Amino acid sequence: MLSYVVRSLLQGIAVMLVVAALAFSMFRFVGDPVVNMVGQEASQQDRQELTERLGLNDPIPTQFLRFVTNAAQGDFGISFRQQRKVSDVMLERLPATIELALLSAIFATVVGTVLGVYTAMRRDGVLSNALMSLSLVGVSLPTFLIGIGLIYLFAVVLGWLPTFGRGSPVKIGWWSTGLTTWDGLKRLILPTLTLGLFQLTLIMRLVRSQMLEIMSTDYVRFARARGIPEKTIRYRHALKNALVPVITIAGLQLGSVIAFAIVTETVFQWPGLGALFVNAVQFADVPVMAAYLIFVAFVFVVVNLLVDLAYVALDPRIALGAPRGGEAR
Amino acid sequence: MSQAPAMSRISARFARFLDSDFFFSYRNSPVAIVASFLTVTLILAALFAPVLTPQNPFNPAELNLMDGLTHPMQAGLGSNRVFWLGADEQGRDVFSALLYGSRVSLFVGFASTIFSAFLGVTLGVLAGYFGGRTDALIMRVTDVQLSFPAILVALLVFGVARGVIPPEFQERVALWVMVVALGLANWAQYARTVRASTLVERQKDYVSAARIIGRSPAPIMAKHVLPNVAGPVFVIATINLALAILEEATLSFLGAGLPVTQPSLGTLIRFGQQQLFSGEWWILVFPALMLITLALSINLLGDWLRDALDPKIK
Repeated sequence: MLSYVVRSLLQGIAVMLVVAALAFSMFRFVGDPVVNMVGQEASQQDRQELTERLGLNDPIPTQFLRFVTNAAQGDFGISFRQQRKVSDVMLERLPATIELALLSAIFATVVGTVLGVYTAMRRDGVLSNALMSLSLVGVSLPTFLIGIGLIYLFAVVLGWLPTFGRGSPVKIGWWSTGLTTWDGLKRLILPTLTLGLFQLTLIMRLVRSQMLEIMSTDYVRFARARGIPEKTIRYRHALKNALVPVITIAGLQLGSVIAFAIVTETVFQWPGLGALFVNAVQFADVPVMAAYLIFVAFVFVVVNLLVDLAYVALDPRIALGAPRGGEAR
Repeated sequence: MSQAPAMSRISARFARFLDSDFFFSYRNSPVAIVASFLTVTLILAALFAPVLTPQNPFNPAELNLMDGLTHPMQAGLGSNRVFWLGADEQGRDVFSALLYGSRVSLFVGFASTIFSAFLGVTLGVLAGYFGGRTDALIMRVTDVQLSFPAILVALLVFGVARGVIPPEFQERVALWVMVVALGLANWAQYARTVRASTLVERQKDYVSAARIIGRSPAPIMAKHVLPNVAGPVFVIATINLALAILEEATLSFLGAGLPVTQPSLGTLIRFGQQQLFSGEWWILVFPALMLITLALSINLLGDWLRDALDPKIK
């Protein structure tokens, strides 16, 4: 058990170091950091001073070590474009992204599970079939088109909801939230729908197939024979087991959530990290790009670690080195 | 004289193709017929865009500002010509822009798919054939790549290119930057698949035989192993083509893609969105429909191809 955890942890650290090396080489070799900071007009002496101060004359391994040490403390240098500390800029944007991602994850999981159970229980119902076909469309449409479609329907045609920005979020300490005001909540609706839709369809299809499979297993038949009410079987016995892979898949899908958040935030001009990253890419603002890359990798590694641990908790055979999968019944 | 047997050989081959399981499965799948018809039509329309369109939408001399914001199926005020799908605010014919845009989208899609397939297949064969450390290294990179979303990787490559390439060249090489960015974002799946089948092929007698008669690894990989592992690559490539077209559209929509001077469907959608609030829906809706049709029909074709070529499902 312990060795398994340590192994996962070491793998995570290795991935982080590789990503850090990537980010460092971007930072160091894409464009000239000195020119980017002082501009073309600075005198030769100014440049040399800055080069020395930034430590760009040190050997590369020393520089990399410093980069990693600084990054571990949350220091990613200064944004070329905004002339502010990258960590400040990112911290300011973080709440917007986290609120959006969390809300859409909750929305996708809850609605996806409900619809998945429904379509599994009413296999041949008209509504079930309609939902299944709709989910196929949802998977194949690109996110930005879904976002634009929602904007067109709810903002342009119906005029019900605002379409961009967070309005004026309320400050709580350094955290800014849109959850406490009616206006902030209204502005969250469309981006949450857009971001959650893909996950929703995925979870719905997964829950459906899991439920169908489990409802035909022996233990469900046995429970029926014992005279346990159908409702109890469905929701106490079957659903619980159906949700196990859903949790892990939803966790591993985090990557696509981040990717779709980049798109969603741009469509709705949402002031989050994704929009910041797209801006940084357009202007080749390397420190922000590097910091975002490391942030995303960090989230990935942490989530993967949690998923690995969840696996062990759910299926102890993995820690013992037995092959994954197999008959769990 | 020698033409006749050649002809009959070709026609025999054709007859055999018409008789094959593959063609049978095609004939019996309405989805495949419709999808392939749409795909071929759209590709031809994009190829012959200059002939089929009434104007070159990106030559300012051919635009008439008086035609600006003409509604679909109405005559423009400047040129008195009927605009089937309307015009944007500069009097640019949406239909023409559509065909020229899908040209760019298709080019980037095809080129980046070829690039990523080449990269992925090469790495996959190398990993599978040599095994050991080479394999471990390549597969580790593949794992990391697969867990990162393609859009993120492509955006990073684009951003780095922005920083490295001097501004005055950027517009000229934008198309190739996109091809490379999308190619680097999508190679991992090929590598994983090809590696798996190479591992199987490597064990077979014909590879040992080639090794025993003294062929060196490079020709064995290229001439013996590669033809036997190439099958699934075409299926992945077809589905990837649809994906690459959508990814390109997404990047261009985000403003990290093709510039205004050579817009793809994604760039057109980006313009269209800016006009949406004033009610000019046609500038947005038609490029979006075109993009969806293109991606969907290629995707369906790929799905069918997978089912038709997979012996397990038969």
